[in-house]
Amino acid sequence: MGLLRFLGRLVLESLAHLGRFSALVIELFRGLPEWRIWLPRTVIEARAIGIGSLFIVILTAAFAGGVTAFQSGYQWQTNLPLYVLGTLVVSTIILELGPVLAGLILAGRIGARYAAELGTMRVTEQIDALESLGRSPSSHLILPRVLAGFVMVPALVVIADVVGVASGWIAVKQVLPITDADFAYGAKAFYRTFDGYYSIIKAFFFAGAITLIPCYMGFNTQHGAAGVGKSTTAAVVSSSVVILLLDTLLAKILLN
Amino acid sequence: MIELRGVHKRFGELIVLDGVDFTVAEGETVALLGPSGTGKSVLLKHIIGLIRPDAGTILVDDVDICHVSRRELSKLRSRIGYVFQNGALFDSMSVYENVRLGISDEALYKDAEYCRSRVAQCLGLVNLAIDVGKKLPAELSGGMRKRVGIARAIAGSPKYLLYDEPTSGLDPVNADIIDDLVIRLDNELGVTSVMVTHDVRGAFRVANRLALLTDGCIILQGTQEDFHASTDPKVRAFLERDFENPSYAA
Repeated sequence: MGLLRFLGRLVLESLAHLGRFSALVIELFRGLPEWRIWLPRTVIEARAIGIGSLFIVILTAAFAGGVTAFQSGYQWQTNLPLYVLGTLVVSTIILELGPVLAGLILAGRIGARYAAELGTMRVTEQIDALESLGRSPSSHLILPRVLAGFVMVPALVVIADVVGVASGWIAVKQVLPITDADFAYGAKAFYRTFDGYYSIIKAFFFAGAITLIPCYMGFNTQHGAAGVGKSTTAAVVSSSVVILLLDTLLAKILLN
Repeated sequence: MIELRGVHKRFGELIVLDGVDFTVAEGETVALLGPSGTGKSVLLKHIIGLIRPDAGTILVDDVDICHVSRRELSKLRSRIGYVFQNGALFDSMSVYENVRLGISDEALYKDAEYCRSRVAQCLGLVNLAIDVGKKLPAELSGGMRKRVGIARAIAGSPKYLLYDEPTSGLDPVNADIIDDLVIRLDNELGVTSVMVTHDVRGAFRVANRLALLTDGCIILQGTQEDFHASTDPKVRAFLERDFENPSYAA
């Protein structure tokens, strides 16, 4: 009986979340015509999250590229041609590590910020105040954040890809006697234009997880400071899990 | 005119409003009294459509607030100024921008010259200097934040003003200043006001009619004299601030 009640409550809560999340997405579409409100705020948000996240994204990508190269060197078999290293570094970074690591880092950085900001605004009644003034929280608060994410996350992922490949290139030369020409040949030999698109497609989906989930969590925060902490943690964990799920799903759909 | 008919609201297992009937006529200043946690703020938020009732009707100027489109609700809200308990000022904006956001008419909101003069006028009405406009909410004292909240609420020249515990958290001197301000605004602007409070003394000073909300229902509506004359143990307990009285445990 207890288990049934627990399962019933879980299903009802999940459906309630789904309903509220769908309502939020519908509100976002309804807010689109109010571009005079969301456009200037989107520029401010994009600048804040783009410039603010640049350093950590570059750092993460640089380490990811370097570590990929060092591990390749460690596992290297002498009977393989060296140019394969170029293929390995470029494919690993562009198809997987660039978008996923940038996505996870941004889920922490942007997601936590969005959930905490909106959560604090909710518990201090600032969102209620906005509504009471006849203004839409969607076009004032959520749309700018979501759109800024959809612009900046793919841009940051492209930067992560470039930095990751460059650092991998530099690092691989430290562990194996590979020339620039070999690396470039290997990088180009098996590279398909779709690989770059795939990285950006993933970034768009990740941008959705990084912005929509934390905005939803923050917007529906309850119970004061403890609630803000809870929403922020839940936002980062949920968006990170969704990024990993999307990564698997997109690999299955787009690469197979 | 504001009219609530048989309003019910529950949050999970907790019944907050259990068939509330409440009317505010034009030009009145009504104080909604009750101990903390009885749903006074919830009731106030129903009037402006921030919370929807589970059952019942809420009419503002004969418009059912629960059955209007987004646009109509927004239009209706422009006639109502809401003063939040802790100001609810937007902390990333200056005081000037906060008050300016209260100007509900979009054309006027975009008119920089009008906004400057209206914000200065509203700050003046709540006894704040124009220079305060440059400050951020975090730089203000509790009393000043409340006054900026009132300035924002009146910036759109509303017909109704809803105050959610305007004096809570203030020392008696500042509470009196806010009460005087409410009286002055009611007289100068001719607005209809509803003030949620648990400060009996302040309510008696400010309001010309009072309502006591307890156990999800309004148990008494009337003048100060009606309250003093009441023999209802819950009314007596509230007036004597005896919240430990068994009447409240019922």
